[in-house]
Amino acid sequence: MSEDLPILACRDMSCQISARPKALDVLQNIDFTVARHTALGIVGESGAGKSMLVKSIMGIAPASVRVNGQIMLDGQDLFAMKPRDRARFIGRKVGIVFQNPMTSLNPYVPVGRQIAEACRQHFDVPRDEARQRAIELLRTVGIADPEDCYDYYPHHFSGGMKQRIMIAASLICHPDLLIADEATTALDVTVQKEVLDLLQTIQEQRQMSMILVSHNLGVVAGRTDEILVLYGGHVVEYGPTSEVFRNPRHRYTEALLSAMPHMDQPTHTRLRTIAGQPPSLANKPAGCPFAPRCGAAEGPCHTTMPDMRTGTDSRHRFACHFPLEQTVGPAVVSGATDRGARAQ
Amino acid sequence: MTNTRLPVAGTSPSRLLEIENLSVHFSRSGKLMRAVDGVSLHVAAGETLGLVGESGSGKTTIGRALLRLLPEANTQWQGSIRYQGTDLASLSRAGMRGMRGRMQMIFQDPVSSFNPRRRIEDIVAEGLVIQGVPKAERRTRVEAALADVGFALADVAGRKPHQFSGGQCQRIAIARALAVQPDLIVCDEPVASLDVSVQAHVINLLQDIREARRLAMIFISHDLAVVKNVSDRVAVLYMGKVVEMGSGEQIYDRPAHPYTRKLLEAVPVVDASRKLRPAADQQAIPSRIRPPSGCAFRTRCPRAVARCGEEEPILTPAPRGQMVACHFPHDETAPFSTARQA
Repeated sequence: MSEDLPILACRDMSCQISARPKALDVLQNIDFTVARHTALGIVGESGAGKSMLVKSIMGIAPASVRVNGQIMLDGQDLFAMKPRDRARFIGRKVGIVFQNPMTSLNPYVPVGRQIAEACRQHFDVPRDEARQRAIELLRTVGIADPEDCYDYYPHHFSGGMKQRIMIAASLICHPDLLIADEATTALDVTVQKEVLDLLQTIQEQRQMSMILVSHNLGVVAGRTDEILVLYGGHVVEYGPTSEVFRNPRHRYTEALLSAMPHMDQPTHTRLRTIAGQPPSLANKPAGCPFAPRCGAAEGPCHTTMPDMRTGTDSRHRFACHFPLEQTVGPAVVSGATDRGARAQ
Repeated sequence: MTNTRLPVAGTSPSRLLEIENLSVHFSRSGKLMRAVDGVSLHVAAGETLGLVGESGSGKTTIGRALLRLLPEANTQWQGSIRYQGTDLASLSRAGMRGMRGRMQMIFQDPVSSFNPRRRIEDIVAEGLVIQGVPKAERRTRVEAALADVGFALADVAGRKPHQFSGGQCQRIAIARALAVQPDLIVCDEPVASLDVSVQAHVINLLQDIREARRLAMIFISHDLAVVKNVSDRVAVLYMGKVVEMGSGEQIYDRPAHPYTRKLLEAVPVVDASRKLRPAADQQAIPSRIRPPSGCAFRTRCPRAVARCGEEEPILTPAPRGQMVACHFPHDETAPFSTARQA
């Protein structure tokens, strides 16, 4: 496939859960691309649709979910394929690491076999070679004594080590795209940093693309090229990570950034809160999903969903009727300016 | 907003809670695990003490030991916990029950700390029933406690926990703790399971209540940014021991212990101005059952020398005023945050 073709492109994708009395829209009008060798961050609160998006891409959404629109993986339309071919194709192209390594690994099977399994499933390789590949990967992800560890069971490893094993398993088919779905949420900060560093190193060394899904803006901030902010099943802001963090245009992104406590703030700083609750699937607002909680919402916000607009940087897009002004300096990430000021 | 209530060596008249040399050991299948090992802490009235550390560092065990909520089987604990002069170890079960009228706890997962089949007003009133508050008074106190966390009793009466979101449940858990009018609340990861926008709400709420009621808090969290925001003083725990303790500014701006620096470096910072360079180094966390000799952190410490393996460092005053347990503490004058910036 050609190099400038994006590894993943979702066009007008939507997900619906069939339910009574009416179907529930989990995701609507999802439009994004992941270029080769780049990392995309997907952020959002619980219920925003992050995991459903990932599952739809992987083709592992529950049977009650209807996925519409178009998903192009490495230039191929996934929905034009037969289900069996599709699963095969996705399995070879995409590796995924889930949040909880304990539930992703089978406790009764040695970890090495679980890694090699995918390799034997997708490529017709002899048992010995699969084993060798698995051991090689265990070494890559930083497991000491990989030959011995091959035969260990999941409970022999700590949470961070299990997550490393999951990363090894996701790499066995040489994927072009690696998806980390809240892969470090269950880990300690120090271990989280190690695992994130590992993911980033692997992505860069193997020239893969990566999707980093997280509820934590800090996890995504320094480690992705582009960022997609989901809210209530809609993409509310999408653009280069540095641009979105320095100059968020959607009011939700801005509110989310200022609701986070920063280590640079003095003790007992009052945090900004976002009033109200995220929208429930059953009764979504008619217009902008954020309108009921937004301080600047007016007439059209409550009735029509805003279209995607483009900022000064054409790659920076946001869906808001009354977007925040384009400011030059780092307006919201006050931590950076504070630190800079203190350094002088 | 610099905090001046720094700990002064010796005794302070306003000390609400004093923990001295607390050790908690769990024994499982013949192996002994020192979950907490010789920890001494104190909390003044109206003060918030933050406890930070990785999982397994003993944060929760300390919190539970304070309220005597540790399992009885296979657990030994030593040391003294004095609450306004009363030694908790000397109290009978009934005495401890009375003591819990002055000390309360909020847990990480509010949904699982509620009985799903009970009504909200009964959940909030439960502490009052145990404390023997007369029925006539209970209703007003439940109403007041719910009002403090932003609920009207009339709106929530008769509803069950599953009808509330995670953030709302956590507010109800705070109301349950407040209803008995305690002087001290142990908050064990109260915001860990909440979304960012909801988390800000709960933190602000806890701050308001703390100010209004002059409430002391022990705030246990693995999130260093949250602890910085709420705490007057911070104690950093590593493998059951306090390795550094001081005011928020001391710990965050001039951390002396290499472990504190490592923790702070690992916090994901919302700063997208440059892309992070992944570090290749990683060290295994030592076993809790066979901790390393000397300083427990030496296996992961960049500064460790032979002495660290032979002699265990004890908490001593560091150059910047905080207490630190390290043979070679950092004493860089530059605030730590500038080092992060570079």
